[in-house]
Amino acid sequence: MTTIAEEKAVLEPQQRSHHVAEVLLRFRELGIVLALVLVVAGAAIVNTNFVSLTNVQQILSGAAIIALLAIGETVVIITRNVDLSVGSVLGISAYATGVLYVHHPHVSLAVVFLVALGVGVVCGVVNGAIVTIARVPSLVVTLGTLYIIRGIDGAWAGGNQVNASMLPTSFNRIGYGTLAGIPYLAIIAGVAVAIATYAMRSFRTARDFYAIGSDPPAARLAGIPVGSRVFLAFVLSGGIAGIAGAVWLSLYGSVDAIAGVGYEFQVITAVVVGGVAIFGGSGTVLGAALGALLLNTINSALDVVNISSFWTSAIAGALLIAAIAFDRLIAVRVAPALRTRRSSRG
Amino acid sequence: MTSIEPAPLLSLEHAEKSFGAVHALEDGVVDLYAGEVHGLVGENGAGKSTLVKILAGVHRPDAGRLLLDGEEAIFDNAKQSQEAGIAIIFQEPTLFPDLTVAENIFVGVQPLKRFRRIDGRRMRREAGAVFDQLGVRLDPDRVARGLSIADQQLVEIGKALTTNARVIVMDEPTAALATTEVERLFGIVEALRARGNAVLFVSHRLEEIFAICRRVTVMRDGRHILTRPTAELTVQSVIRAMVGRDMDALFPKVAAEQGPVVLKVERLTREGAFTDVSFEVRRGEIVALAGLVGAGRTEVARAIFGIDRFDAGSVEVGGRRLRPGSPTLAMAAGVGLVPEDRRQQGLVMDFSIERNVALASLDHVRRAGVIPRGAERRFAKDWALRLQLKYSKLTSPVWTLSGGNQQKVVLAKWLARQPSVLIVDEPTRGIDVGTKAEVHRLLSELAAQGVAVLMISSELPEVLGMADRILVLFEGRVTREFSRAEATEDAIMQAATGLVDQAA
Repeated sequence: MTTIAEEKAVLEPQQRSHHVAEVLLRFRELGIVLALVLVVAGAAIVNTNFVSLTNVQQILSGAAIIALLAIGETVVIITRNVDLSVGSVLGISAYATGVLYVHHPHVSLAVVFLVALGVGVVCGVVNGAIVTIARVPSLVVTLGTLYIIRGIDGAWAGGNQVNASMLPTSFNRIGYGTLAGIPYLAIIAGVAVAIATYAMRSFRTARDFYAIGSDPPAARLAGIPVGSRVFLAFVLSGGIAGIAGAVWLSLYGSVDAIAGVGYEFQVITAVVVGGVAIFGGSGTVLGAALGALLLNTINSALDVVNISSFWTSAIAGALLIAAIAFDRLIAVRVAPALRTRRSSRG
Repeated sequence: MTSIEPAPLLSLEHAEKSFGAVHALEDGVVDLYAGEVHGLVGENGAGKSTLVKILAGVHRPDAGRLLLDGEEAIFDNAKQSQEAGIAIIFQEPTLFPDLTVAENIFVGVQPLKRFRRIDGRRMRREAGAVFDQLGVRLDPDRVARGLSIADQQLVEIGKALTTNARVIVMDEPTAALATTEVERLFGIVEALRARGNAVLFVSHRLEEIFAICRRVTVMRDGRHILTRPTAELTVQSVIRAMVGRDMDALFPKVAAEQGPVVLKVERLTREGAFTDVSFEVRRGEIVALAGLVGAGRTEVARAIFGIDRFDAGSVEVGGRRLRPGSPTLAMAAGVGLVPEDRRQQGLVMDFSIERNVALASLDHVRRAGVIPRGAERRFAKDWALRLQLKYSKLTSPVWTLSGGNQQKVVLAKWLARQPSVLIVDEPTRGIDVGTKAEVHRLLSELAAQGVAVLMISSELPEVLGMADRILVLFEGRVTREFSRAEATEDAIMQAATGLVDQAA
């Protein structure tokens, strides 16, 4: 029989390793920041142009689009689902925005963004409805809508293109304008990430997302309306992708039927590298946004140090696997410390 | 009973619940008073869990009434039961592993501040206050992942207290706890009682029931048998009430000649599951592993078959030591395992009957790496005939069969390999009576043909009717061994609940 004193003695080192593990998990963001610093420092040593104002601004603007999409994707992944259609939604929303300007050159910015939001929300509603009502796995549903939305986009756009010349300066300025040297896009993404990070901490609905992803049957037992929460997650992701479409157009100035092709994988990579568990339940929007920034910075750094851009995707992939391996490693290393005290039965 | 008793806080009257043809609960009766700890005991399958799930709102009774404060209540879901003030502490609580302790306690009912934002500080403070009240130390900020079962139960109890639950049901809360944790839990149960809560304490361990319960309800075969103050009962009288039923003549036991030892298990230990388990099974012998659910029987079987590794001890088949942790080697040595959960582990449900039958004998059926359909079918047909399988087409998916016939497919799969040792885990669970007898006949015949059979069963009549020898496990240890002649239901039940005189 184990005495209380003995049990305490066994438990204390375990408790300490809990804390190490928790610190590691909670400060995932810190690790990404550290990686960022290393990449930036390394690239800057090879080529000082890397830290030039223009280059940094370019990195930030590019990362801003992925970071925006990552906000919605994070919410969806936290509920143990996935939204593969974000790239297509961005594409069709960007084209819709362009067409809107072609037909109504003097339309106000507010209306433009509302239309972009609307396009995205409609796509999100379709995704969410099929996932929650028809109970089809989201991987399949959004893979389907990825192609359907892209198909509609292609049929609509045909070979047409909307150019920067057809867009008003006020709109284009969102893409290239800066405030105190910081691109507007980075500010937009930063504010959105800050709001989302706070909201994900502070509202019941947001905590429900985590509970659902952590243990879906338990969530149902706890009386959480799982269906409507998952639906909401898809609508959020769609809506954000819609807005990101308008933002994307302002940055690149021209849009055709292939805008945003393949973005879904960049976004999911950023989210996972940013520490969001691919099977839901944990992770933060801030981490995902930092993941987007890290990936974009690495892309740019490879460019600057003259490594073929073909390597970019290989490195993004390696980083993705490393991130998951890191999570797994922590889980395995921590498991003995976290194990229940069953075995010490007296 | 004196007449000055107040009305019960909760009473369940004549509840019935069936799942298909299985009557899980035929007459569920329990009444709970404020400030009372009430024990609920019964064998495996007596209907305790179904009764608990009715209180939890997980199952809706087919008939009967549930009264709360004398008013009729019907729960359609778990939420309604919670809102009515009933909290269930399951043996293995379902917490959200990624959320913190405080968040788990307040999931869905977080305290709010302005703009409907969650008041995190108040949430942590109140969670801390609940634990103080219970006299335990648990960090509200740590994530639930990795909490011990005992601590997870504390979180559930904390949840019950913050939602002001008046009725707290604990479903075998001590099954997975260490001794010190059980003592701590008893302290908490006493604190809950003193606050005026009604506690329903479901447990296999009779000494615990007698230690903390004022009254006890005994169930058997889905029916209420008795409810009496513990002071008027003895452990023996409770056991008698739990098992008192007639032996049915379902067991066509064939006398088999016993040969040399085929399976020899020596001092087998897997930490946290079972300790120092030794036994032998001879050719032609049926040895039963009896005990309550969770006593470690299945774990022993899994370790012998090589699914789980073991920490110490050895397994010998036919005089040769088995390397631990390899089902392939165990199969090559002639061991077969018919698992407890045939749908998950025994069969590939979407595969056809013939493919399931041939699955473990592909080496035999295969020609140059290819599996000829015709050979597979002939092979399956042969075995289907021998086991009198009732099917329409051998190509139908195996899920189209009844439970009993599914079990025959699993048996056929292993018999086709002509094993020298067959381990069967709950061979007749969820099988109708007729097919049950057929499965029993099969096992008996197998033994007669010289197979060494190790049978795990929770059904005492089955154990008594089939086995040549009976080993009883309690909390991972063999507490007693009976020969066929000396075994009785009472004696096995005593050994299975840990009530063995120290000399044994």
